[in-house]
Amino acid sequence: MVERQTAFSRIIPHAVLLTGVAIVAFPVYLAVIGSTHETAVIANGQMPLTPGREAFDTYYRTIFTGGSRTTREPVGTMLLNSFTMAMLIALGKIAISILSAYAVVYFRFPFRRAAFWMIFVTLMLPVEVRIYPTYKVAADLGLLDSMAGLTLPLIASATATLLFRQFFMTIPDELVEASKIDGAGPFRFFFDTLLPLSRTNMAALFVILFIYGWNQYLWPLLITTRDDMQTIVIGIKKMIVTSDALTEWQVVMATAVLAMLPPVAVVVLMQKLFVRGLVETEK
Amino acid sequence: MAAVTLEGVSKIYHGGVQAVRNVSFDVPDGSFCVLVGPSGCGKSTLLRMIAGLETISAGTVGIGGRVVNDVEPADRDIAMVFQNYALYPHMSVYDNMAYGLRNRRTPKPEIDERVREAARILAIEPYLDRKPRALSGGQRQRVAMGRAIVRKPQVFLFDEPLSNLDAKLRVQMRVEIKRLQRSLGVTSVYVTHDQIEAMTLSDVLVVMNAGQVEQIGTPIELYRRPQTRFVAGFLGSPAMNFLPGRIGREPGTIMLDERPIRIATPPAAAPDTQVELGIRPEDLRLVPRGQAGALAMHIEFVEELGATQLVHGRIAAAPATVQVPTGAIPPEGTIELAVDPAATHLFDVASGRRL
Repeated sequence: MVERQTAFSRIIPHAVLLTGVAIVAFPVYLAVIGSTHETAVIANGQMPLTPGREAFDTYYRTIFTGGSRTTREPVGTMLLNSFTMAMLIALGKIAISILSAYAVVYFRFPFRRAAFWMIFVTLMLPVEVRIYPTYKVAADLGLLDSMAGLTLPLIASATATLLFRQFFMTIPDELVEASKIDGAGPFRFFFDTLLPLSRTNMAALFVILFIYGWNQYLWPLLITTRDDMQTIVIGIKKMIVTSDALTEWQVVMATAVLAMLPPVAVVVLMQKLFVRGLVETEK
Repeated sequence: MAAVTLEGVSKIYHGGVQAVRNVSFDVPDGSFCVLVGPSGCGKSTLLRMIAGLETISAGTVGIGGRVVNDVEPADRDIAMVFQNYALYPHMSVYDNMAYGLRNRRTPKPEIDERVREAARILAIEPYLDRKPRALSGGQRQRVAMGRAIVRKPQVFLFDEPLSNLDAKLRVQMRVEIKRLQRSLGVTSVYVTHDQIEAMTLSDVLVVMNAGQVEQIGTPIELYRRPQTRFVAGFLGSPAMNFLPGRIGREPGTIMLDERPIRIATPPAAAPDTQVELGIRPEDLRLVPRGQAGALAMHIEFVEELGATQLVHGRIAAAPATVQVPTGAIPPEGTIELAVDPAATHLFDVASGRRL
């Protein structure tokens, strides 16, 4: 196709793109703006489009003391909880699934196929489907209201195992054989060759899984009751529903903005590796 | 340094497929042994059994007088060069070469010395800090060789190391491998399907077919006196011509289409036995028309090689090839060829063995 660049043909795509960006960005902008005004300004139903003067106060109060009416916990604690949970889930998933993929691909043991299929089948059972038995197990193990209870049941990952398996299968057998001749046992091969080669894959997975962990709602809602174990996603929800008082919209907005920052930071910081991990085929 | 000894080695895969059948031979200390054969003949499997990458179903493999059947690859004191080089993509050239030594807890200064020495020999010193992906095919090949050299093993194993290179580089690396093996004096086993590589590199040539050894000897022995029709057809380029016939009643003659052809040594087989007369293209000589005992060849087409031409055609009904000086023959029609009675090979049709 011959591309003819006229002024007009350049304007159209840009106009489309800008419209798209505006549609996506406007609510975010509103949230940022909303977090800089007083409750009363927002509550009268006419949301201003320019920043107010309360930004510093609102954010300070949100992070360190929390909303005055509902959750009683400072958002700082929630951020920390969410961050710890997302980190543990992402890192745990990567560690577990890279190890199980390593076992499935490189070792011959009885029922290897069966083991692989069992992992594969769990793909069809998301947390929501098995939530009652999972809760029961977590409760029996005394994991309620603990970080272990928040993260452990979410750590097993068929998707990540599958991804690593596919990647390992593309690594030529000769590399394993060369390692064997070079005197590297299974541990050495894993740490010296497989891990470094999986770096970009791990990065891509980390980004996806961190966001997955960060956005968890249903499971934390069930497993935590204590306020100091609350994650930020649940915190926002609780702040909005105030039955007998005015919702502190500026605090809600500030919390929403704060909740957005860590996932954005992860994506921005790891973007290069992330894209390479998804695209790269050469090892 | 060490000799490699194979005794009755067989490989049977789980499905019952027998890849290698009862192979026995010795590779003397310091010699260069080439295993050659068509794909699927079991040559790579045999090499991998020597390396310890495949289990041995029956028989024993010895390296330097020690039976290594149950010894881990790392403890067999071998080094292997793979077809796709199998360099560690995330390590620098230096680390690729040093890795095996580090795993063996060789002292650092010694590793450094050995790696630099190998790099000097292979002329890859400027690339020590690069990753394999920044190297050309030939350079990667050298790194793979370097990784083998630094270990100072008792045996080098090569698994078709040149087949990923272009034709020119292949010839160049072939010469280098030979020179390197000579200067280091390390016993080597080399697998290839390329008969030119096999002929040029080997001290001991092993021709394999269908999991079995067809013949073992020096390359020139195998070329001059192939013991089976398979070896005769496999070695030499262009390949040997095979003309079907039978042993004549008169001693020392072979009947091709009822015309007697003289051969130097009368075979020890009964007259009228069905045979194939093997004649290498270079042993057929162009002669003037009408000479007694000459073979008539009908020209089908001619390939130009520059100084010579390769003439493809038929002698009687059998396809045949002959190499003649450029311009010596008409582009089509029939030419007459004389056979050197001493340069003929006779094979029993039924068994494929030399008569």
